[in-house]
Parts: sequence; C-alpha cells; structure tokens
Amino acid sequence: MATPVRTRDGGSALSRSASRRSRGEVPFRYASTGAGILLLAIMAAIAVFLVVEAIPALQANEGNFFTTLTWEPNSSQSFGIAALAFGTLISATLALIMAVPVAVGVALFISHYAPRRMAGILGYVIDLLAAVPSVVYGLWGVIFLVPFMQGPSEFLNEYLGFIPLFGGDVVAGRSMLTASIVLAVMILPIIAAISREVFLQVPRMHEEAALALGATRWEVIKTAVLPFGRPGVISASMLGLGRAMGETIAVALIFPATFGISLEILTPQGNSIAANIANGFGEATPVGRGALIASGLVLFVITLLVNMGARMIIARRKEYSGAAA
Amino acid sequence: MSQQIQVSGLDAYYGKHKAIEDISMTIEPQSITAFIGPSGCGKSTFLRTLNRMHEVIPGARVEGKVMLDGEDLYAADVEPVSVRRMIGMVFQRPNPFPTMSIYENVAAGLRLNGRHPKSTVDGIVEESLKGANLWNEVKDRLNRPGAGLSGGQQQRLCIARAIAVKPEVLLMDEPCSALDPISTLAIEDLMAELKSRFTIIIVTHNMQQAARVSDRTAFFNLAGQGQPGRVIEMDDTSRIFTNPAQQATEDYITGRFG
Amino acid sequence: MTAIQRISAGRRFKDRFVQSLVYLSFAIAVVPLVAVLWMVIKNGLARFDMEFLTHSMRNIGAKDAGGGAYHAILGTLEQVLLASLISIPIGLLTAIYLVEYGEGTRLSRAISFFVDVMTGIPSVVSGLFILAFWILALGLPFSGLAGALALSILMMPTVVRSAEEMLRLVPNDLREASYALGVPKWRTITRIVLPTSFTGIVTGVMLAIARVAGETAPLLLTVFFTDSINSDPFNGPQMGLPLYVFDQAARPTDTAIDRAWAGALTLILIVMLLNLVARLIGWWRSPARGR
Repeated sequence: MATPVRTRDGGSALSRSASRRSRGEVPFRYASTGAGILLLAIMAAIAVFLVVEAIPALQANEGNFFTTLTWEPNSSQSFGIAALAFGTLISATLALIMAVPVAVGVALFISHYAPRRMAGILGYVIDLLAAVPSVVYGLWGVIFLVPFMQGPSEFLNEYLGFIPLFGGDVVAGRSMLTASIVLAVMILPIIAAISREVFLQVPRMHEEAALALGATRWEVIKTAVLPFGRPGVISASMLGLGRAMGETIAVALIFPATFGISLEILTPQGNSIAANIANGFGEATPVGRGALIASGLVLFVITLLVNMGARMIIARRKEYSGAAA
Repeated sequence: MSQQIQVSGLDAYYGKHKAIEDISMTIEPQSITAFIGPSGCGKSTFLRTLNRMHEVIPGARVEGKVMLDGEDLYAADVEPVSVRRMIGMVFQRPNPFPTMSIYENVAAGLRLNGRHPKSTVDGIVEESLKGANLWNEVKDRLNRPGAGLSGGQQQRLCIARAIAVKPEVLLMDEPCSALDPISTLAIEDLMAELKSRFTIIIVTHNMQQAARVSDRTAFFNLAGQGQPGRVIEMDDTSRIFTNPAQQATEDYITGRFG
Repeated sequence: MTAIQRISAGRRFKDRFVQSLVYLSFAIAVVPLVAVLWMVIKNGLARFDMEFLTHSMRNIGAKDAGGGAYHAILGTLEQVLLASLISIPIGLLTAIYLVEYGEGTRLSRAISFFVDVMTGIPSVVSGLFILAFWILALGLPFSGLAGALALSILMMPTVVRSAEEMLRLVPNDLREASYALGVPKWRTITRIVLPTSFTGIVTGVMLAIARVAGETAPLLLTVFFTDSINSDPFNGPQMGLPLYVFDQAARPTDTAIDRAWAGALTLILIVMLLNLVARLIGWWRSPARGR
C-alpha cells in the first residue's frame, strides 16, 4: 500500500491551523458577500444621485413640478411632469389592454393547444420577439406603422368618433394609438412567457378531475387553468406595464412630443417621460438636464411601485400553492 | 492503519431542535459497526457528526466529544476539512460528479486538494478502483463519464472515490438502499474486504444486511414522541440479533414496530 | 341503452370558438415579428455592403449617400464587452452568495428583493443614473465606459437571476460528496458546482448580453454621439449601433433612412447570433438530449 497522502502535511493527522487548501475560503466568501452588498449599494446610489442632481433644477423651477403643463426648462425655466406622466400612463395602459388578451391566448396556445413537439419551438419564436431591440421596433413603427395607421385611424374617427377616445378634428398616424400598438407588441412576449409558465404549473390533478367529468377543452381551461393562473397573469401584466412605461426609444421616434392632456388617442399628440428624456437630452441646458433627471426619478418611482406590486402578487401565490422555487 | 473512535456525551441540533442526545460509544478499529433503528431516530445524523458533515447544514450544531485515536475532532483548532479527509463517506444515492470521467471522479479528492504528479494519481486511481472491485469493469473506459455506469457500479465508484484519499474510517449512509439485490451483494462483499483496512460504520434499514456484514450493532430509537434519538443498546451483532438485553430492541428486530 | 352521448351543440361550438380565438391570437402575435424581420431584411440589404461595415459617418453631409456604421459597430462591441467584464463577475459572485453562503439570512433576502426591483429599472433610468453620478457628480466625460456602466446596471440583475437558478439546480448530493472528500467549500463551489452548472450559466449570460446589446436609451445619455471612429472607450464620445439607428432614423433624408435599416439589420444579426449561440449551448447539454 502507498504511503498515506496526509503525512505530507506534517506530524499530526489533523491540521491544526488553516492549511494551504483552505486559505482561499475567507477571501472567496468575502468577495461573494461583497458583490451582493455592492448591488444593494448601486440601488441606493441610483436613488440618491437622481435626487441630488434633480434638486437644483427643481429649485430653479418657475412653475409647479406637479401641475405645470409645459416643459421649458431651457428657456423659461418652467416645467411640470403632469402631461408627461399622463402620456406615460395612458400609452402603457392602452398597450396593456391590447397585449394581455393576445398574450393569454398565445400562452394557452403553447401550453394547451399546440402539439407538444411544437410547443418548445413556438416558445422560442415568442422569445425571439422579445429579443428584437426596441430601436428596431421604433424604426418599423415610424417608417411602416405610422403611415399605415392613417387609414384605420380615419375609419375609427369617422364611424366611432362619438366615443371621446376616438374623437378629435385632426387624425394622424403619429398618435397615442400607434405608439401604444408598438408598446403592445413589445410587452406581449414577456406577458406570454410568464403566463405560459404559470399555465404549465396547473396541477395535473385539477385538469384531470375536470376531464373526468366530461369537460371539453375550453371547460377544462375555464374551470381549472384560468383560476389557477389568474394571479400569475395579473403579475405578468404588471411587469409588462412597468416595461411599457419605461420603454424609451421606440416611442420617442413615434410620439409627436406635444405637451397637453387629452384623451383623444387618434389626434397628433402624445408624449411620455422616457420619450421626453430621449428627445430633449441633446439640447438640454444644465437646468434642462436636472429637469430631465427629476422626471426620470418620477418614472423610477412609478415603475418601482408597479414592479414591487407584481412581485408581491407572485410571492403570495407561491406561498399558498406551496410551490417553492 | 484504521483507528478507534470514542464518542462521549454527544448531542446534535438542527437549529433549536435536538435531534440526538447523549450518545456515547466506542468503535473498534478494523471492524464493521451497523446502526439500525426506525426512520427519523437520528442514525444518519449521528453518522454525519462523526466526520463533521452535520454542521454543513445551516443552523446545525454539535455538543460533546468525538475522539479519533485520542484526538478530539471538535477541538477548537481542528479544521472540519481535515477531519473529512480522515473519515470518508459514502451516501445513500450514488453521486458521482457528472462533469467528470470515471478517472477524474476517483482522482477528485486528490486533485481538489492539491497538486500531485500524474504517476502518483494514476497509481492511486488504479489501486482504489481495484479496492472497490470495479477495476476490471471500467479499466478500458476510464475516460468515459462516471454518470454512464449502472447504479451499483456508480456506488462502487463512489466508494473508490472515498478510499482514494486514504481515510482511516469509512462512513456509509444506507449505501445499498437505492440498489438492486445483486449490486447490494457486491457492495456487501466489498465491505468485508475493506474491513481489513478501514474502520467501517454503516447505517442501514435492512436488518438482514446488518446481521450479515457487521461485527457490532447499535440500535437507535427516539426517547419518546418529539424527543431526541438515543442509543438504546449496543452490542456484538450476534447477541443483538439473538438475545438483546432491551425489550425495545427485541420488538424492533422481530418486526413488532418500526 | 347506453349509447355514448354526443356533446351538445352549444358546448361544442363554444369549445371550437375558443380554440379559434387562441389560434388567432398566436397568429396576431407572430404577424409583427414576421413584418419587422421582413422589412428589416428587405430594406436593410440595400445598404448592407462593405462600405457600410468599414466606414464611419465622418465628413458625410446631411444629404450625402454612402457612409457607414463601422464606428458604431466598434463602439457597441467595446461597450458590451466592458459591460460584460463588469457585470458577469459581480452577478456571478452575487448568485454564489445567494445560493451557497447567504441562504436564509436577512442580507440575502434583501439582496434578492432588490435584484428583482433592479430587473424592472427602465433602461433610460440607468442611463440617467450614470449621467447624474459619473458625468455630472464626478465630472467625468461622456465615454464608452460610461455607456458600459449604464448597460451593466441592466445586465447585472439578469445575470444574477439566471446564474442563481442554475446554481440551485445543482443537486446538494454533489456538494456533500465533495465536502466528504475533505474539499473546502470554496473549492467545492469553483471546481464542482460551477462546472456542473456551466452551460446553463453561459446560456443565461449570453441572453443577458444579447439584451443589452440592443439597448439605446442608456447609451444616448452616456456615450453621446459621434460620427467619427473613436476606438478608445475610456475617452470621449463614442457611437453605438442602436444609437446609430436611432440617430439615422430621426434624420429626414432617404439615404439616412436606408442607413438606419442597414444598421437595424446589423444589430438584429448580432443580437440573433448571440441568442442562437446561447440556445445552442443550452440545448447541447439539456436533459432532453439525454445525459
């Protein structure tokens, strides 16, 4: 038999102090803990520096940051977030209304209708949709969709104009509606992906119980799949809402960048916090930059609240279904 | 080469829950000791305190003394890592490293702990695989993944991996519970051969297995509902299975409970 | 008299109706994808030539044809590389902390929560933060590095989440087997746990890279614009490919729009290539293929 390896370490069989092999333990542990703490520090720094750089501009503001309907920090030093926040919320909400039904349909298609072999490939196609950079959607939106939407917008305005949403005197392709459609296309994949995952987690037992009662496929979905998946779909939608509100470049290319509050989504008006930052940054004075940072802070807070709400719904669902990660 | 283990007054906890209480025993070198008893009575927990694997679980801790040939494994300045090199372990389910070949699996303990010349490692790998009765089956495919072997072969690979670092003691936590009867027999034969080189301790649910392979047997049981596990009786295997001193032991062995 | 009853017409109609709605919604979802890809390829090929790939926009007048995106491609590659160098180690180490060291501690719960929150940060906000911190507060210049910092804020949470998921998939048995051989924890992590989850982590990282490679808004606020080649990411304004597309798309001439499409095609090719490689790596060792 060969000599025992451990005698190389010295006389005693048990090492009495940190040996050569264990020396890396402490640095490695510190490095990984440090990385985690660094992430927390970055989050804190984001909040702190946005506030610090926004304060001077807010102090120089001649208007009221929450109610003023113009954005002229460069010239008259008067700016307000109201119109931008309104545009952000309306465009994101419209996008959500359009995207959620389609996304749920897509998720059901992949999880319950498509042949099993195809499901993986179809899921990949939806992921590809998410991988297209937003500037490409913006380019497509401004070159193709804006002219394309002129016709349907006029149609809606003429026949459904009695509904305030579709009213207005001038109709254009560059409108809140067109921007919302692009946003809807962009958030659809994330909502579909999360919903699909939730639908696939429906306990087989529930579905089989419904099937054993002689239910059709739709009845199985209605009685077993949708009730189980509802919290998941809701939180997925909220994550999509957060995405839509933060989306910048695509809508920056499409929005006509006006300042005003109007519910007429077919008329040539509309703007959002993010689009305004992208469009206004180039010629901003120091006060202008500060004002943009202040608006970014508002966007940060809104999306933070929406995302935290979504996470809380997911977390609560995990608890009662007992499905640990 | 193998050494005597002396345990005195050992308690083990998971957080606030006390899993085993006041265990004292002496385990002789070059023998096989079996731990039997109903599920959840702390056999495996106790086994894991012997090579300081218990404390790997968050919140778990141990009180008491475990002496290996006169040295306390739980002394403040002893590194758990060095304890585990002297006291090897084989688990319930075969767990070869999936990214490694058969050769690399056996060499893992050496290579992960320092540099060794290739000729030394080659020699130890061959010797360990021979020791685990696996050499003839795998010598032509040492570079194939270890996960490609059958369950019984994987378990013998894990034994080879454990003895390659040349421990004094080999702990086996239900090593055959995931195996078919033929593979089980192969492992039992192997244990009989390894006994001349190592002190072996085996946890088993299979009383026939304990009777077949072990020299000494310890019967574990809960002190009561919600109470920690204790050693009820420890004696020569032949005596435990024919004429136990405690009624509880006899009830368990004759299948009246557990 | 126990003939199998047929489902009533009403129920059958409803079932069919919902089925067609579901098929329709999938079709609706695929239309924009096909439309976008088709338009990008059709319009992009017009200017997708050697001149485009090897020239910058220097000395190209507002109405001139020609010019290219070399400066932007170079900038994007450098910015994404730098962002990866920053965020992969931090993200991976954080995931290791969450899975291997911090299990159940208050710190790890806080980190986990804020990683989720960070995933939702709008890309323009990460750009604003670097603007506020790096350029306004520290007084450093616009540069590729500033852009890379903004991109890494977006990349880090994605890397943490995907790496964390992969590390959790490594069976505890393997860690225990390694500890039982007397291998210290950190070597168990670096030599057993990481290699076992390697392909999964690489897939996640590639997807994260693909995602940030297409980001425009953070670059807009941090690398600024330039029409010239600047190969030094640490000094002076750079260009990025997404930024280039945005810039050209906002110009009113047809030649600029053509360049925008060619840039979009280049960008999509890069992003899709990264995606494809990531999926292939993931598929290469997936359980479906047999272990």
